Amino acid sequence: MCLAVPGKIIEIIHASDAKEPTDSATGATGASGATGGVGPLGVVDFQGSRVEASLAMTPGVGVGDWVLVHAGFAIAQLDDEEAQATFESIAEAMIEPENPKS
Amino acid sequence: MKSSGKKNRKAEIEKVATRIADVAKNLGALQIMEVCGTHTVSLLRTGVKSMLPENVRLISGPGCPVCVTSQGYLDAACQIAARDNVTICTYGDMVRVPGSTGSLEQHRARGAKVSVVYSPRDALSAARENPDEQFVFLAVGFETTTPATAATLLEAAASGVENFHVLCAHKLVIPAMNALLAGGEVPIDGFLCPGHVSVIIGSDAYKQIAADYHKPCVVAGFEPLGMLTAISMILEQIAAGEAYVQNAYGRVVTPSGNTQGWGLIEKVFEPGTATWRAIGDIPGSGLNLRDEFKRFDALEFFGVEMGPDVCPPGCRCGEVIQGKVTPDQCPLFATSCTPVDAIGPCMVSSEGTCAAWYKYGRRD
Repeated sequence: MCLAVPGKIIEIIHASDAKEPTDSATGATGASGATGGVGPLGVVDFQGSRVEASLAMTPGVGVGDWVLVHAGFAIAQLDDEEAQATFESIAEAMIEPENPKS
Repeated sequence: MKSSGKKNRKAEIEKVATRIADVAKNLGALQIMEVCGTHTVSLLRTGVKSMLPENVRLISGPGCPVCVTSQGYLDAACQIAARDNVTICTYGDMVRVPGSTGSLEQHRARGAKVSVVYSPRDALSAARENPDEQFVFLAVGFETTTPATAATLLEAAASGVENFHVLCAHKLVIPAMNALLAGGEVPIDGFLCPGHVSVIIGSDAYKQIAADYHKPCVVAGFEPLGMLTAISMILEQIAAGEAYVQNAYGRVVTPSGNTQGWGLIEKVFEPGTATWRAIGDIPGSGLNLRDEFKRFDALEFFGVEMGPDVCPPGCRCGEVIQGKVTPDQCPLFATSCTPVDAIGPCMVSSEGTCAAWYKYGRRD
């Protein structure tokens, strides 16, 4: 379930799929100070299949950068060499490619 | 595309396997626990397990989120699923786990709405698109997965979504490792630490375990060379009488982890006691919603209580996830319990130890 898959960011969508999170209804100081939840989003290419992923955990990434994606969230940025090595290892070793989150 | 790279890696694998055999020669019988379910599957699938000397045994730990989720949790999910106008959104592995009133899949066959999602974001999107219905995301998983739930809840709070809820059973890996060691029932000589949990918590998180229990802790990726390298590092530490943290997944894991991811967890959750299937309650091993996010708690919203953790008669999943027994020691294994007709969660989940043994062979 903790499998994560490397992909390349091909587009950044700056707004999250929510309305602007300025009118926080929580009243919670912890949440209201946050820049929001899941946004910004990126379109990530996984060797041809494209998926939207949240970039909330990888600030500063841009188009052309590699990220490791788990459950619709980029959890780490990878350099080209890391991404290539991870790709090869996943191609060799990974489970159920049709179910990349498991 | 890189056949020379592949060849080199094969040679590297052989080199590390030889090194492991050399070091192991001078050591007694050892048990190394792979904590992560993805490792369990990868070790069996790639044949790494069968490359190890006889005296080096790998045992599975409590790292398959589906396997450690209590039956009470599943029963609560099924109870909520049976309500009108509710859709349960879940990661795929959860739908086939048998609860006391059947699995979510069986509830779906009886008319409940159960939807498999890739991400909690998908569940939130469904809630936004259908404001007259209630959506419940089954929030299970370890530190790799929890930030996704946290970010989605922050998003739901910020945008005022009120028909999105979570049934929360997120768990923490380090307290579970501590509990196993403190229990002392299973001899563990070292830990193969999870790769992607460590992306979030960082390799330094294992320092306390290495120090307090004198157990080598090595973080590994999921490919054969990475896993073998980590095992070799563990054996070298044992041979030298040392115990510290090493990182064999350096290209992805850092000492301090992903601070944004951990920050998301801390904003939304606070540590609390969690119930682990067949193990029981482990203080500090779970994550509860903070007060300001309690309004998303499905248990409170639907007035449902988490029932007791009752295991199916004869099922030894609880001992399997603690490394106490191997799947073939369970009388149900491969007889009445198979992946097609599973009795215990370790046979249901694609990462369950029983499922992996069934699929890839039974050598321990």
